[in-house]
Amino acid sequence: MPPAVDSALRVRDDFPIFTRRFGGRPLVYLDSAATSQKPRAVIEVVAEHLGAHNANVHRGVYALAQEADAAFEGARARIAAHVGAATETTIFTKNATEAINLVAYAWGRTNIGPGDAVLITQMEHHANLVPWQVLCRERGAELRYLNLDEQGELSLEDLDRELARGDVRLLAFAHVSNVLGTINPVAEMVARARAAGAVTVIDGAQAVPQMPVDVESIGADFYAWTGHKALGPTGVGVLHGRREVLERMPPFLTGGDMIANVDHREASWNELPWKFEAGTPPVAEAVGLAAAVDYLAALGMERVRAHEQALTKRMLDGLATVPGLRVVGPPGAERRGALASFTIEGIHPHDIAELADREGVCIRAGHHCAQPLMRCLGVGATARASVGVYNDGDDVDALVGALQTAREVFALDRE
Amino acid sequence: VTVDDLYRDYILEHYKHPRNFGELQPHDLEAQEHNPLCGDELGVHILVKDGRIEDLRFHGHGCAISQAAASIASEELKGMPLAEVGRLDADWMIELLGIPVSATRRKCALLNLKVVRGAVTGDSAWPS
Repeated sequence: MPPAVDSALRVRDDFPIFTRRFGGRPLVYLDSAATSQKPRAVIEVVAEHLGAHNANVHRGVYALAQEADAAFEGARARIAAHVGAATETTIFTKNATEAINLVAYAWGRTNIGPGDAVLITQMEHHANLVPWQVLCRERGAELRYLNLDEQGELSLEDLDRELARGDVRLLAFAHVSNVLGTINPVAEMVARARAAGAVTVIDGAQAVPQMPVDVESIGADFYAWTGHKALGPTGVGVLHGRREVLERMPPFLTGGDMIANVDHREASWNELPWKFEAGTPPVAEAVGLAAAVDYLAALGMERVRAHEQALTKRMLDGLATVPGLRVVGPPGAERRGALASFTIEGIHPHDIAELADREGVCIRAGHHCAQPLMRCLGVGATARASVGVYNDGDDVDALVGALQTAREVFALDRE
Repeated sequence: VTVDDLYRDYILEHYKHPRNFGELQPHDLEAQEHNPLCGDELGVHILVKDGRIEDLRFHGHGCAISQAAASIASEELKGMPLAEVGRLDADWMIELLGIPVSATRRKCALLNLKVVRGAVTGDSAWPS
């Protein structure tokens, strides 16, 4: 076995929030799949931008405005480069949800009609499900789902079968599932969809924070993610699109900044990427996100993945010692992202999360914005623990200890 | 044995062995609610006689707080005049539960009363 210490990151001190105490206990944060904590480098750069370089972007001739422009457009270039995407086709949105809605409205409303099908999967977050549901209902198209096997994984044969029906205009799927942890074979899925003439949309919200992602080599028409799960601030999301597709699309939101020229009767649109950025964009947030991806790049995304994968393995091993506990999703840590969703026989997930909190352990309970998936799994809710760069083995062990205590509180061994 | 403020013995006892759990056929009144935050679902069937709740059963799934609340309340609700049910408020339920209910768990504690009031008064908006 390779020495486990090689992959371990020791960066908790970079994250000021871990100086906090809850009921005298240190913070054991295992909810990074919901949102990540922020390193000092991000917090300080946002404050510095607002304190020293703040002006509106794209319209000022004065020196301060040019600093703001350079900070914002420089942030775009660094963020694009971090995931192997082109700067001009990297669009800032509010979050991943808005990025996907941009595609559903601007591309979907002009390209989807009666007789067409939109294909998604049973593991989608509501963000990559409801926009397609609404689009299909509005345009008289059919929404179909790729099923999952017992391990929560998709089958490429099922995908081929669906694509062979000849009506699939768009395929949308998660890179990494926020509930199951499943890592989907994105490049293979995109290649198959392209061969069948379908446009592809990938929800990369869970992938970008935890593994190397190369948007160019994945080759999807659209790749969406969000800043706040990737150590960045809230309020900034990212959509990467293929130039040919973006150029043929009408704008999503209209107003200031996205125009080339406006007269009393009509307007023409700005160039990419600004055509899709109406109104003042999230400038300080983008600057903060650029600092976040710089921070991640300095750690090395391979190392981030190795660190989180080792912790996930330790977590899965620990969870396996808790009687009555069932983990959903792929077996082992290699085929899953850095999370585990689980149920414990005899304790509702909300009660699990409440009792974990008594020990300072933050985990999430509920449907994780994936109600159709919960129905597939035959559960109303699960508890979910997810790890980030700042976690260590003690955090994972604290979770397992808290779950044992929860079983004692519920007196499950006295039944 | 670990003693806990919220998960007291009687709460866990009602959770594990809920009273008046199941369905009631036929029934006069019914309602169903779910808590969109946690995916919990709770329904109730009520049999009415002489303007009072003659019998009731609740069904669904939820956390210890919502299930215990439904079980404990069901024993009080049997025989209660319908007019009185419509006047029951959040304090009645929280007091009946007898545990400190945090803001985040309030919805769990009140889900059962929301369903029962909905079935009796037709007002599904309560308590907002």
